[in-house]
Amino acid sequence: MKHIMTINKANLKESAVKGGCGNCQASCQSACKTSCTVANQKCERDEK
Amino acid sequence: MIHKYELNGLYIVLDVNSGGVHIVDKLTYDLLDYAVPPFATECPQEILDKLGGTYDIDELKECYEEIAELYEEKILFSPDEYEKFAKFTTASPVKSMCLHISHDCNLRCQYCFASTGDFGTGRKLMPLEIGKKAIDFLLENSGNRKNLELDFFGGEPLMNFGVVKEIVAYGREREKEYGKTFRFTITTNGTMLNDDSIDFINREMSNVVLSIDGRKEVNDRMRPTAGGKGTYDVILPKFKKLVDGRSKDKDWYVRGTFTKYNLDFSEDVFSLYEAGFDQISVEPVVCDAKYPYALTEEDLPAISAEYEKLAQRLLAQDKAGKHFNFFHFMIDLNQGPCAVKRLRGCGCGNEYVAITPDGDIYPCHQFVGMEEYKMGNLEEGTFNREMQADFAKAHIYNKPNCRECWARFYCSGGCNANNYQYMGDILKSHTLSCEFEKKRVECAIMIQAVKSLERNEAE
Repeated sequence: MKHIMTINKANLKESAVKGGCGNCQASCQSACKTSCTVANQKCERDEK
Repeated sequence: MIHKYELNGLYIVLDVNSGGVHIVDKLTYDLLDYAVPPFATECPQEILDKLGGTYDIDELKECYEEIAELYEEKILFSPDEYEKFAKFTTASPVKSMCLHISHDCNLRCQYCFASTGDFGTGRKLMPLEIGKKAIDFLLENSGNRKNLELDFFGGEPLMNFGVVKEIVAYGREREKEYGKTFRFTITTNGTMLNDDSIDFINREMSNVVLSIDGRKEVNDRMRPTAGGKGTYDVILPKFKKLVDGRSKDKDWYVRGTFTKYNLDFSEDVFSLYEAGFDQISVEPVVCDAKYPYALTEEDLPAISAEYEKLAQRLLAQDKAGKHFNFFHFMIDLNQGPCAVKRLRGCGCGNEYVAITPDGDIYPCHQFVGMEEYKMGNLEEGTFNREMQADFAKAHIYNKPNCRECWARFYCSGGCNANNYQYMGDILKSHTLSCEFEKKRVECAIMIQAVKSLERNEAE
């Protein structure tokens, strides 16, 4: 494409199908404790 | 739904529901003000009339086709198809815990949400027996979750470090019976660290959060000892020693708080980097607006500008080979959390709880001391499953502002405790916190966009 460059896989929908295993870290346990960002957490599913 | 913004000379378009991130030219950026679904086979004349004076007609037609193609591929204006998952949100296993090992602290940080350590409930240290019961509670209530997270928190956890050690030993012994693994973490102000505690923390703790606010004068103003002395010179060498002795497979962060007194907080982030730390988190203070250091609406432009400045400086440093992580700008656009995780944020009161020295259970550390949110007690063997179910339902589709917000899959509904403290309802978003978060997400994605362009140029 000439005008638009897509920089990622845009796979959120796909992730929902296999998602929800609950193995990832609770976000507040990392380094915040007073705010909440989830998008910076890692997926820890055994088989993706 | 899309969100478009200009930052650092880039035009960025997010497709909210697919997670797609697009870098576009100015023409596309402007065209997206008018080109929305349903798409025609050719660019409608009224759009050409509107933008034809600024852009070449053929270019507009071509760009319109590109937009329509991405729509067909469902990575632009894609539908939100996740609410069906939210409807099934029931209480989860409890797998994560904030253990208030010490409701006492040797510092008197001005902004402390724990009322200088005791959460307004009297200075106490957690007895070993309560700690053991907390371990048992987590093992028994964590269902099929394999990784159990337990953060030693306070007050200052090192004031009760003997019990910390014994709880870790007990957890290591019992985790085998259940085929689970404890991930212990600790948050400390650093003043009491010594060789013994540093060795133990580096051996047993998968993450350690080291509290320091940045520049010496900033830190010492807000984080004095009970006797009123500054702490920077005491903690800095101890933190350095801890970090230098830590193995690469274990996490750590220096973590600071910024307030109205240091709206130029990017200086604090870089001060921490210059002091030898490359894993950094610096966050906005959470406190009542009555305090002089509280962040208020009027600070928003300055804070937004500061986040942008920080992002740009971080990129420039990166290019010079001086890489560091800023916690709130870390984002993986391809391998991040799944959509289901993103519906419900931190998990407080549901998969995450806090335990006080008396064994009281609260939804998280920030709810401690609020009687109306006491969920139970370990000694009494009580746990309010109804309240847990309420927290399980605190997802983005039950938060009116989140439903319509472009950042909902990045912040996942924000901090329930902030919502309650500022708005009186865990489902009502605290607008100022939202604005901070949106700016951080924009910066984080911009950084990824720049890196992506650099990779393309290199290839």
